[in-house]
Amino acid sequence: MAKLITPLFLLLLCAVVVVSLATGSSAVPVLSGLLDWFGGVDSAAAIIIGEIRLPRTLLAIAVGAALGMSGAALQGLLRNPLADPSLTGASQGAALGAATVFYFGLFSGAGAAAPALAGLIGAGLALLLMLGLAGSSRPSMVIMAGLAISTLTGAALATVLNFAPNPFAMQELVFWLLGSVSERGLDHLTLLLPALLLGGGLIWSQRQLLFGLSLGEQVAESMGLTYRRGSRLIVLGAALLVGASVAVAGSIGFVGLVVPHLVRPLVQHRPDRLLLPSALAGASLVCLADICVRLLPPNREIKLGVLTALIGAPLFIWLIWKDRKRWL
Amino acid sequence: MISVQHLHIAQRIADISFSLDAGEMLGVIGPNGSGKSTLLQSLAGILEYQGNVNFDGHDIESMTPRHRAQRIGLLPQSCESAWSLSVEDIVALGRLPWGDQDPDAIHCAIDQAGVRELLGRKVDRLSGGERARVWLARVLAGQPRLLLADEPIASLDLYYQRSVMEVLRQYAKAEKGVILAIHDLSLAARYCDQLCLMHHGKVHAWGSPETVLTEANLSAVFNVPVHVDLNSVPPIIASK
Repeated sequence: MAKLITPLFLLLLCAVVVVSLATGSSAVPVLSGLLDWFGGVDSAAAIIIGEIRLPRTLLAIAVGAALGMSGAALQGLLRNPLADPSLTGASQGAALGAATVFYFGLFSGAGAAAPALAGLIGAGLALLLMLGLAGSSRPSMVIMAGLAISTLTGAALATVLNFAPNPFAMQELVFWLLGSVSERGLDHLTLLLPALLLGGGLIWSQRQLLFGLSLGEQVAESMGLTYRRGSRLIVLGAALLVGASVAVAGSIGFVGLVVPHLVRPLVQHRPDRLLLPSALAGASLVCLADICVRLLPPNREIKLGVLTALIGAPLFIWLIWKDRKRWL
Repeated sequence: MISVQHLHIAQRIADISFSLDAGEMLGVIGPNGSGKSTLLQSLAGILEYQGNVNFDGHDIESMTPRHRAQRIGLLPQSCESAWSLSVEDIVALGRLPWGDQDPDAIHCAIDQAGVRELLGRKVDRLSGGERARVWLARVLAGQPRLLLADEPIASLDLYYQRSVMEVLRQYAKAEKGVILAIHDLSLAARYCDQLCLMHHGKVHAWGSPETVLTEANLSAVFNVPVHVDLNSVPPIIASK
């Protein structure tokens, strides 16, 4: 059964992608639209599918996969089911970077991708600060350093909000922070994809360490796994994933926390086997949430991050309730 | 098989030297804080040390961590699984240093540790004694030449104490080596070929159970008068 989980989640994701491409304010034939777009035919269907729905779907998938995988990796590394990818500090760094664009109007040459570009730089800086502060200490301290940097960048973000030049800039900034994958093009994907591949690759290379860490650091080290270096690579990978996804789509809450939880029993609680199914389930979940966003009445659009938080928070409360009963 | 010379870790253990041949079981005994766990952890490659450790004719420092882990397995004193893993997965974890899932090695370890009836169960649903045997099966699955066990029978009842000691004894017999830290001196006298009595991070006495387990040695190290009768079956060693 455990071996079927990844293919099953892959199938689910494919189905969600098809539904996502078919969902929108106007009914458009998906297949012919896609074929037209690939063939360079200038039809209305090609523009709607290729220029609007495809980037939106691909971004939702990429962001969801990044959040799901980074959550699974960090929970495995810290041996704590309540670890969240935002603990690395990269997500707040990305938010601050994007906020400065709205405030100072940086990277105007990059057009709509400017907040994402600045977000990536912000995530990178937060990451460097975090790794510098943590030095060569244990992963728990690395996460403490992440939390410290997260608090610092959070304070800076509050300052930016406080001194917003005008109400419109502030509204734009707050809406951006709430998280969304709409009105973004394939150029956003080219920013996100390298970070996704690199971060995912780093985490994937350390999956044996995640398995070994199930029985603690001593056991992992006695089995020849290089714990200090490996744990840094995992934190770096998770920060890359979450930083890039926040930079592109704002903060999409609770996916990184809840998805690994839901998937864990399906893979017999193996932290190494959790990575890919978590990424796929995260991708499906964010894409599904985005479909819901599009189905809701168009006059007051609910932001994707708000919807995932609204779904995720009660799930989170339920998980704590369940665990609390277990340990009573 | 392993020869340790002048092993030293600042403020923890000093100038430890001993050697162990294949087929032998060495018991490391001594009061709490005398450096037993530190010694085992440094041999397992977890702690950095000064001194020379030669393993099967090779300097242990020249081995890669993986190579070393294939030959030396550690069963730590306290072990807890962070996740609700199955017994099969825990035992299979022992193959990590080899990077395979060798079914023969895994099944052999399952039988050696006597955990076949626990297959299919989650490790967090097992009793302390059952769990201790699963941790042992995990180390056995790696088929290390030298098995280091840090107080493997602490907190076990009489039945499991004997069963774990029997497993270790059998393992050593098959031309392997076992070094274990142990508090139960009677069991140490009964099962070990060599004993190493540690005190304040140093070797107080080393050799066969008869030479190490004397009333004078034990009284000096444990700070209580001790009664020793190695001729009785099983051997009796108790504070007066």
